[in-house]
Order: sequence, then C-alpha cells, then structure tokens
Amino acid sequence: MVATMRKERPKHLALHQINLPLPGIVSILHRISGLMLFLSLPMLLLMLQYSLASIETHTRLLELLAHPLSKLALTGLLWAFLHHFCAGIRYLAIDLHYVRSLEQARTSSKVVLAVSLALTVLLGAKLW
Amino acid sequence: MVNRVVVGAHYGLRDWLVQRVTAVVMALYCVVLAGWLLSQPYLNYDVWTALYSSQWMRIFTLLFLLSLFWHAWIGVRDVVMDYVKPAGVRLAIHVLVILALIVYSIWSVQILWGM
Repeated sequence: MVATMRKERPKHLALHQINLPLPGIVSILHRISGLMLFLSLPMLLLMLQYSLASIETHTRLLELLAHPLSKLALTGLLWAFLHHFCAGIRYLAIDLHYVRSLEQARTSSKVVLAVSLALTVLLGAKLW
Repeated sequence: MVNRVVVGAHYGLRDWLVQRVTAVVMALYCVVLAGWLLSQPYLNYDVWTALYSSQWMRIFTLLFLLSLFWHAWIGVRDVVMDYVKPAGVRLAIHVLVILALIVYSIWSVQILWGM
C-alpha cells in the first residue's frame, strides 16, 4: 500500500529535451572560452617571449604565425578572448544592477554573442 | 533573527571579489594596449620592444599577468569542482594547475626583465 503511494523518485530529467536559455549559452561559452584561454597560456607566454627576446626570435615568430594553421588557431583564441571579455563585462554590469529584467538579460546575452562574433570577424579578417 | 550556523570554507566572498578586481585590471590593460596598438602607424620589433622597455609597462604587464593567473586559478578550480567528481583526480588537477601558474609567474618575470 505504502509503496504505491510513494512518488516516483529519483526523477530523471530529459536533458536533451531542455533548451538552454540564451543567458545559459553565454554562461557555458564563458566557461569554455576561459578554459581555452587557460590551456593556451604556455603558448601565449612563449609568443610574448619570442616577440620581445630578440629580432631573430621576433622574425621567427612572425614566420610561424604566417602559417594558415596558426592563423586558424589564433582566430579561435581571438573569439575565446572576445567572448570571455564581453561576457565578463556583462557579469560586471549584472553585479552593478544594470541588468534587472529577464528581457534585459536576454537582450544583453544577444549583444555579447553578436559583438564578440562581429569583432572576431573584423579582427580575424585583419589577421588573414 | 535566526541563529544560523555558518559552515563552509569561507573563501566565497573573497574569491568573488578577487575574480572581479582581477577582471577589471585585465580589462584596463587590454583597453590600454589596444589603444596603443591602434595609435601606431607602423609596428615592428623596435616599436614593440620600446613599449616594453619602460619600467611602467613592465610593472603594468606583470600586474596584468599575475591578475590573469589568479583569475584563471579561481575559474579553473570552480569548473573542475563542478565537473570532475573523483576526489583524487580533482586534487591532482588542482595541484597541476597551481604548479603551472607558479611556473608561469616566474616565467613572466623572466620574459619582462630578461629581454
């Protein structure tokens, strides 16, 4: 008797049927881009070192960066940086109570996604 | 008033603040550097090293990099705490990240003052 009255637990949510809301997409991309930037730190520091150490290493770096694969990697990192930057500014704005309503949360999420992508295309075009 | 017993590691507020302060430092550095880059009609090795030969730029850059490493530690730690369940693996990743960031810090000083 008691067993039939018990609620069905545990509940299993169909995660693949739940759509992540727009601010959620910005949030997970903030994590992914942050991780991308963290993992490229040794390479970025090496690039700074090569660019400063001597004219020989500087020239060598420019040669290496001229390769299409390097440009592709740099474009990816450029997006990661720009998304992380824009989403970070949005979080600071939220902390300062500039974003108050659901509508503003959605609009600002769209702005973050659009601005970081647009700047990636703009600066990426310069790179290529 | 409810007499609440506060439990936990007590680093939440400090890390929350550190994450934002370091973010503002990094954002300022990026804006300043971007502004400088845009104002240069021609970029080459001499112009680039002239910028980094000033003591102010070296200190500002080190402040940026140390902010970055501290920011990265809090961010990576939070992500690892959320997704890596086995305690041993989580601990190992935390130790590796801390060691890497210490090495990066030493390396940064070497890059800036050894050029």
